[in-house]
Amino acid sequence: MKGLITMDDLTNDDIHSILADAERLLPVARGETYLPLLQGKILGNLFFEPSTRTRMSFETAMKRLGGDVVNLGDVKTSSVVKGETLFDTIQMVDGYTDIIAMRHPRQGAARYAQDAARVPILNGGDGAGHHPTQTMLDLFTIQQSHGTLEGLTVILAGDLRYGRTVHSLSHALVRFGCRLIFASPELLRMPAEIVEDLREHGADVMETEDLLGNINQADVVYMTRIQKERFADEDEYAKVAGAYKLHARDLDNTKSEMIILHPLPRVDEIHPSVDSTRHARYFEQAFNGVVARMALLCRLLNIEVPAEIAGGDA
Amino acid sequence: MADEHNMRRVTAIKNGTVIDHIPSGQALKVLELLSLSGDTSVPVSLVMNVPSKKMGSKDIIKVEDRELTQSELDRLALVAPDSSIAIIRAYSVAEKLNVNLGKEVRNVVRCTFSNCITQNPREPLPHRLVVTKTDPLMLRCYYCQRPQNLDELIINLI
Repeated sequence: MKGLITMDDLTNDDIHSILADAERLLPVARGETYLPLLQGKILGNLFFEPSTRTRMSFETAMKRLGGDVVNLGDVKTSSVVKGETLFDTIQMVDGYTDIIAMRHPRQGAARYAQDAARVPILNGGDGAGHHPTQTMLDLFTIQQSHGTLEGLTVILAGDLRYGRTVHSLSHALVRFGCRLIFASPELLRMPAEIVEDLREHGADVMETEDLLGNINQADVVYMTRIQKERFADEDEYAKVAGAYKLHARDLDNTKSEMIILHPLPRVDEIHPSVDSTRHARYFEQAFNGVVARMALLCRLLNIEVPAEIAGGDA
Repeated sequence: MADEHNMRRVTAIKNGTVIDHIPSGQALKVLELLSLSGDTSVPVSLVMNVPSKKMGSKDIIKVEDRELTQSELDRLALVAPDSSIAIIRAYSVAEKLNVNLGKEVRNVVRCTFSNCITQNPREPLPHRLVVTKTDPLMLRCYYCQRPQNLDELIINLI
């Protein structure tokens, strides 16, 4: 494996082994133990569009492991605004760094960058395409809560058309025999080619507009934000988006071990009343971004994570 | 016999290329693909919807004084992957060629997805479409992985 562009770059064994590395790295991610496995290594953070969690968690992951980070900075003041091609930008950063984390508004940009680069590329989101490092932290959080990735019923809700996190995650979940329920407004359905792909791989997929009517079957509910700008007018948005909001009172009859995830930022699709229920896992999920990315950085830089880490209570 | 008769529907050519076994109705697209539909100085003959033992019916194109190159054959694969090509020299078949689509179509056509990274014409890496199925033909962009609409592809020829 050179870089991580889509989940197809990882086998199920790779996924299990990276998640096991992540588990052992938890005390390092929490700052309880210092383990400079990546000392002397430099990560290039190339974010061509805004990112808070992904960029910061890559940076934290690198620094917790003793490595360093260089940032592209604001695209508006970088050479990109002067018309530099992605190819040329990558040639430059490739020479400065040992590994690159990248987010780009255009789909396919990460694979393009990987073909242009000598160092590994970690895809931090390419248009509406893929976001595999998010998927790894999602899988980590699911495994942490359920003890397994196998055979779960997972509802993916909200904007399934443009939400790249749900595209990568559904591909991964199908490989572990999960049953998927896609709950979204008609306008924001999962792209047909993805549903077709998943079914070709033997997936049990159901598409519905009804989130709350199906929520009691779920082991995992993965919420996403519905953006106003996807709709022709505000009334239409308000009418549709209301059906994809969770309140604590909606969770009375759900499975007790059901967890709610969200890639964040949320707007109002998860009411604050949900935060204090036993189902809420989205803030742990955001923290897990650090530990999952630590494990991925080590894997792609061919640095072995020790079998035992001092101070580890995992 | 039927095939020989079909071949003679238009005059035999002295030098050039005969493209046979084009799926019925696709000949105009083939001309477009080979940039023979607009200004061209070479004579082109076309027969459409003639009976064929192998295909039921088919189209045939004869291009005088021009021998198709490998990269032109690659283009042809997009609409007529099973066509057969004969290079004619001095009224005789000098070479027989088959269209071979291969696993990937490289630098023949641009991805049709408007938000693909390859839409920036200054990006230098090759345009790559991966063949995911041959019958019916299905292609995906190597970079953005979007499935391609074959009708739109024709207007994205490089």
